[in-house]
Amino acid sequence: MELAIHTDVSANARVNAQGLNSKPHKVTAEGVNVFYGNKQALNQVNLDIPSNMVTALIGPSGCGKSTFLRCLNRMNDVVDGCRVEGEICLDGENIYARGVDVVHLRARVGMVFQKPNPFPKSIYDNVAYGPRIHGLAKSRTDMDEIVMTSLEKAGLLDEVRDRLDAPGTGLSGGQQQRLCIARAIAVEPEVILMDEPCSALDPIATAKIEELIDELKENYTIIMVTHSMQQAARVSQKTAFFHLGELVEQGDTTDIFTKPVDERTKAYVTGRIG
Amino acid sequence: MSDTLTHSERIEAGLTKRYRAEKRFRLYGIAAIAVAMAFLVIMLAAIGIRGIGAFQQTEVALTVVFDETHIKDNNWQAIVKESMRKKFPEVTSRSDKRLLTQLMSSGAGFNLQNMYRADPSLVGETRTVWLTASDDVDMLMKGAIDRASPQSERRVSDKEIVWIDSLIADGALELKFNTHFFTGGDSREPELAGIFGAFMGSIFSLAVCFLLSFPLGVMTAIYLEEFAPKNRWTDVIEVNINNLAAVPSIVFGLLGLAVFLNFFMLPRSAPLVGGMVLALMTLPTIIIASRAALRAVPPSIREAAWGMGASSVQTVLHHVLPLAMPGMLTGTIIGMAQALGESAPLLMIGMVAFIVDIPGSFTDPATALPVQIFLWADSPERAFTERTAAAIIVLLVFLVTMNLIAVVLRKKFERRW
Repeated sequence: MELAIHTDVSANARVNAQGLNSKPHKVTAEGVNVFYGNKQALNQVNLDIPSNMVTALIGPSGCGKSTFLRCLNRMNDVVDGCRVEGEICLDGENIYARGVDVVHLRARVGMVFQKPNPFPKSIYDNVAYGPRIHGLAKSRTDMDEIVMTSLEKAGLLDEVRDRLDAPGTGLSGGQQQRLCIARAIAVEPEVILMDEPCSALDPIATAKIEELIDELKENYTIIMVTHSMQQAARVSQKTAFFHLGELVEQGDTTDIFTKPVDERTKAYVTGRIG
Repeated sequence: MSDTLTHSERIEAGLTKRYRAEKRFRLYGIAAIAVAMAFLVIMLAAIGIRGIGAFQQTEVALTVVFDETHIKDNNWQAIVKESMRKKFPEVTSRSDKRLLTQLMSSGAGFNLQNMYRADPSLVGETRTVWLTASDDVDMLMKGAIDRASPQSERRVSDKEIVWIDSLIADGALELKFNTHFFTGGDSREPELAGIFGAFMGSIFSLAVCFLLSFPLGVMTAIYLEEFAPKNRWTDVIEVNINNLAAVPSIVFGLLGLAVFLNFFMLPRSAPLVGGMVLALMTLPTIIIASRAALRAVPPSIREAAWGMGASSVQTVLHHVLPLAMPGMLTGTIIGMAQALGESAPLLMIGMVAFIVDIPGSFTDPATALPVQIFLWADSPERAFTERTAAAIIVLLVFLVTMNLIAVVLRKKFERRW
C-alpha cells in the first residue's frame, strides 16, 4: 500500500513538473549503450533533460559523461569503432534513426569544447561561419546583424567591437571560449552542449562564462560536463552523476548535493572519491 | 676517500664533466655544419669557376658582302669564307685558306642568314658583323689552350695564333656575352650549343608532372587521411605508397616505356611522357608529405567545424586543407625538385636524344636539363666542359627560383590564416 502510494506521488510529481515547465523534456535518452571497439563506455543510460535549464553531468574521469554528451550531437560518429545503441530523442525524435541528417542535427545542437578552438580566421568569420554554411543570412547586413547579436549575447562584443578583423586565435583564453560560444549560438541552436568549457580558464574567465551560461539558459537548453562540483552547484538546475559508465543518480542539483540517495554519489559530492 | 664526499660535492664533481660533454657535443654539431658548408662552397665555386666562361663567347668582326649568288645558292658559309680571305689577303696556299676559315664557327653563316631573313633588303650590301668564332679560338681566348705548349700538343697552330693576335690587335676579336647559349638548342659544335631547348623541355615536363601529381597526390592524401575507413585495404594502400617512394627512378622509366610508349603509343622523347613518368615518381613523395601535413592539423579544428554542422567536405575544404596547404606545398617542392634533377627515367623514354630544335609543345621531341648535362659531359670537345658547368648553373638557378616561388606561395597561404 505504502509502495503504491509512493509511485503514485512520484508520477504526479513528474506530471506537475512538466505542467509547471509547460514543456516536455527537450532531450531524452533511453537505454543508451556506447562501445569503443569491444570496450563498453556507457551502460544503459536513461536520462531526461528539461528545456531551458542547465543540466550538469558530473563524475570522475573516464566515467562516460563526455561520451554521453558527444552522443547528443552525434560527434561520436567520426570516432572509429564507436557504436551507439539505444534511443536518444530530441523533441521526441530519435536522432539515431535512419534518415536523420547529422548536419541538420548539429545545427540544432551546438557544441562548445573543453579547449577553446576558434578557427584560425578573423573574429567576424568565426561567428559568421555557421550562418554562412547553413545559408542563414540573406545579405551582408543580415550577417553583420547575426554576428553582432551573437557576440553581444556571448558578452564579447564590447571587447572586440573595434577589431572584428583580428584573428580569433589572438584573443585570451576566456575570450576565445566566449567566441566559441558566440560561434555556437550564431546558428540559433536549441541545445548547447558544453564539454568542460572552463577547465582551461582562470577563475575570472570562468566566472564570466558561468554568468553567460546562466543568461543563455533563458533561450537555450544547456547540457554541460564539468569536473568542478562547485561549478555544477553554481550554474546548473539539474545534475546527473555518472560513475564507471553508468548513470548513478539524477535530479535537481540541490537534491544531488544536499541529499544524495546513492552511496557513490554521496562519496563523490563530498569529495571522498573522484 | 669517496666516502667522505657529501652528496652535493659528488654532484658538483660530476657537473664539470657533464658541462664538458655538452660543450663537446655542441662542437661536433658546429663542426658538422662547417664541413657541410665547406663542401657546398667548394662545389658551387668549382661549378661557378668552370661554368662562368660559357656565358661569354669569342666573336670576330667581319666585313661581309651579302653576295646575291651566294644567297641564291643558300651558301652562307661562302660569304664568311670570302670576307675572311679579304681580311687576310696574304694567305694564299690552299691548306692555309682552309685553316683560316676554320677560325670561324660553321654556324657563322646562320647568323648572316638570320640577318637576311629579318631584312631581305640586305642583298648586295656590305656590313660589318660580329660573327661566332670556332670553339678552338674560343678556348684559346679563355686560356684553356696553352700557347706555351708545343704546337703538336694543341689544337690551334702557330699560324692560327698569329692570325688571331692580329685580329685582337685590330679590335676585331673579342669575348662577348653569349646570348646564343641561352636562346639556342643543342649542337654538335660547342660554340653553337645552347641550353634553351633543354630548359624548355624541363619546363614542359615539370608542368605536366605538376599538373598530374599535385591534384592526384593531394586528393589521394585527403581521401586516405580524412575519409577512408581504417581497414586492411587502406593499410595495403599505405604500405604500397611508402614502398613506391623507395623505388629507383629508372624503374619508373621502364614502366613509362612499357606502358606509355609501347601500349598507349604516346610519342617518344616527348615532355608529355617525360612529365607523366616524373609524376609517377613524384606522387608518393607528395602523398606522404600531404598526409603528414593533414595529420598535423589539430583535431580540435575538425571538431569545431563538425560541431558547427559542417559536412566532412566542408570541414576539409574550409578548415583542414588551408591549414595543411603550406606543408603540402613543401612536399610538392621537394618532389618537383627531385623531378627536375632526375635523368634516369627520362633516358628510358627517349628524352636523351640529340635534339636541335627548341620544343614548342608537350609532344615535340625534347630533352631535359639534367639529360643535357649528361650529354655534354659525355662530349669530347674541350669547350663542352664549361658548357656542362654552365648548364649545371642554369639547372641550379632554375631550382632555386622554383623553391623561392614556392616559399613565397607558402608564406602567402600562411598569412591568410
